[in-house]
Amino acid sequence: MADRGKHQTGFGFETRAIHAGARPEPVTGARNTPIYQTSSYVFEDAEHAADLFNLSRFGFIYSRLTNPTVSVLEERVASLENGRAAVAAASGHAAQFLTFFTLLEPGDEFVASRNLYGGSMTQFGLSFKKLGWTCHFVDGTDPENFRRAITPKTKALFLEVLANPGGIIIDLEKVVEIGKDAGIPVIVDNTMASPYLHQPLEWGADIVIHSTTKYLSGHGTSMGGVVVESGKFDWTQGGKFPSMTEPEPSYHGLTFYETFGDFGFTTKARAVALRDFGPVQSPMNAFMTITGIETLHLRMERHVANAQVVAEYLEGHEKVAWVSYAGLQSSPYRELAQKYLPKGPGAVFNFGLKGGYEAGVHVVETVELFSHLANVGDTRSLIIHPASTTHRQLSPEQQIAAGAGPDVIRLSVGLESVEDLLRDLDQALG
Amino acid sequence: MSDLEYDDELIAGILERTETIAMVGASSNWVRPSHFAMKYLQSKGYRVIPVNPREAGSQLLGETVYADLAAIPDQFQMVDIFRNSKAAGGIADEAAAIKDKGIEFIWMQLGVRNDEAASRAEVAGLNVIMDRCPKIEYGRLYGELSWSGVNSRIISAKRPRIMQRRRNG
Repeated sequence: MADRGKHQTGFGFETRAIHAGARPEPVTGARNTPIYQTSSYVFEDAEHAADLFNLSRFGFIYSRLTNPTVSVLEERVASLENGRAAVAAASGHAAQFLTFFTLLEPGDEFVASRNLYGGSMTQFGLSFKKLGWTCHFVDGTDPENFRRAITPKTKALFLEVLANPGGIIIDLEKVVEIGKDAGIPVIVDNTMASPYLHQPLEWGADIVIHSTTKYLSGHGTSMGGVVVESGKFDWTQGGKFPSMTEPEPSYHGLTFYETFGDFGFTTKARAVALRDFGPVQSPMNAFMTITGIETLHLRMERHVANAQVVAEYLEGHEKVAWVSYAGLQSSPYRELAQKYLPKGPGAVFNFGLKGGYEAGVHVVETVELFSHLANVGDTRSLIIHPASTTHRQLSPEQQIAAGAGPDVIRLSVGLESVEDLLRDLDQALG
Repeated sequence: MSDLEYDDELIAGILERTETIAMVGASSNWVRPSHFAMKYLQSKGYRVIPVNPREAGSQLLGETVYADLAAIPDQFQMVDIFRNSKAAGGIADEAAAIKDKGIEFIWMQLGVRNDEAASRAEVAGLNVIMDRCPKIEYGRLYGELSWSGVNSRIISAKRPRIMQRRRNG
């Protein structure tokens, strides 16, 4: 009989960050996870092939469904989030698409906090509309706004607890209560916190999404996304989720929730949405991300430590009008930060310049060490002036509503020597 | 899944001690979960004897279907129940009454739970697992489920042996 290894209960976060999902490779003994750079897998015989296609056996068919390197990443993130199962995707956006395609029918709705990554707002508000899905955006800083926007067609609530671009924290427990009352799942994009700083499923959320491109991968090398399910949501309630509880025509009438139970959502997202739309993560990117995750705990400690120093420095600078970081005494979200992110409220935040738009452009053009680009969660410190870049298409009113007014600078504080970061900001602020 | 917690050692011990499974509610409809589970467990080396009064006497995946547990002429260690929670209670009682057929374990499938019947069966000396699927638990404990991104909750730096419980026959 094959030896099984030990149950994970009792293993700490750091151990799971390094080991979860990745035992030595059984044939060669390779200790690190091999990059299975293959599109497809040889069947044992015709019946084995048929059983795999029917989902009646576990195994590999084609890397558009599963790949042994990618599955290590999936299990590892599922473990770190204390979830039941996960499915990886080409990007965070692709992960969101897989999630909503599995949840929604044309004509359905969901409610999302307005305090979101701008790219998610565009995906939900514009592109999803073309598929017949309506997203109602609400101000999530008052969780009751979610309840007010729920209609009989609402199938999910969506939020970032630690919101991009930072500084704002949504009271997840209250949103979870509203989701329970309505019998719909609560979905959290946990990209900005990473599972080291915050674990939404522990607070009752049902699904977690990551752009693994950010802190999980951590080094700005690899695109990726992942969806994690808690396994605790009852998909039969209210007849709201036919995709989970009704026979699936593309699998001869198989019913996913009945057959796969508490990992039915992940299995459906993979077997239908990933199969039919194809946004898989590449084995190479999964390998880079697995390697990144092995130091997630160390990196996040330093990210938040550096962010705290930089935020405090900026708050004391004469040319800075305000700093929106939940780790500061002055932040209205400090209490929620201590509740939901006791190890630190991330390392991405905004600050405002007294000099407005021109001053903002000057700072991003004058920094030497901060990289001027549109990403977050890199080892390198990053800077962007949203009004002149990512939010340029919006009207001034829309820019302000999105937290991207003319005076706003967004930082993603990296892992360099913090004295060097302060010196660079000092010379750029002038 | 419900709040029931079972230790991995307990589940693994049951899967290791079991040679033959009586599967109540085994279906000849190949997209039903019971059909999947029967075929899978056979491929892992278990003998699975189907029990289904509506299909009694017919052949299913190489085995004769019996009308009830008492009609099975051979010994079996596990009763795997694919019926609703209420019906599962009666089947557990039936199993306890004929446990001299070698029955040690009652296993109720995903979503099936009957605490009263479980208590009676335990008093009768049987081990009871509820709201779990032996196919899924086998796949989880021996690594196959990880291929589908499921959190197996297994950590080990030991080199796994190639997985196969035992060959058929």
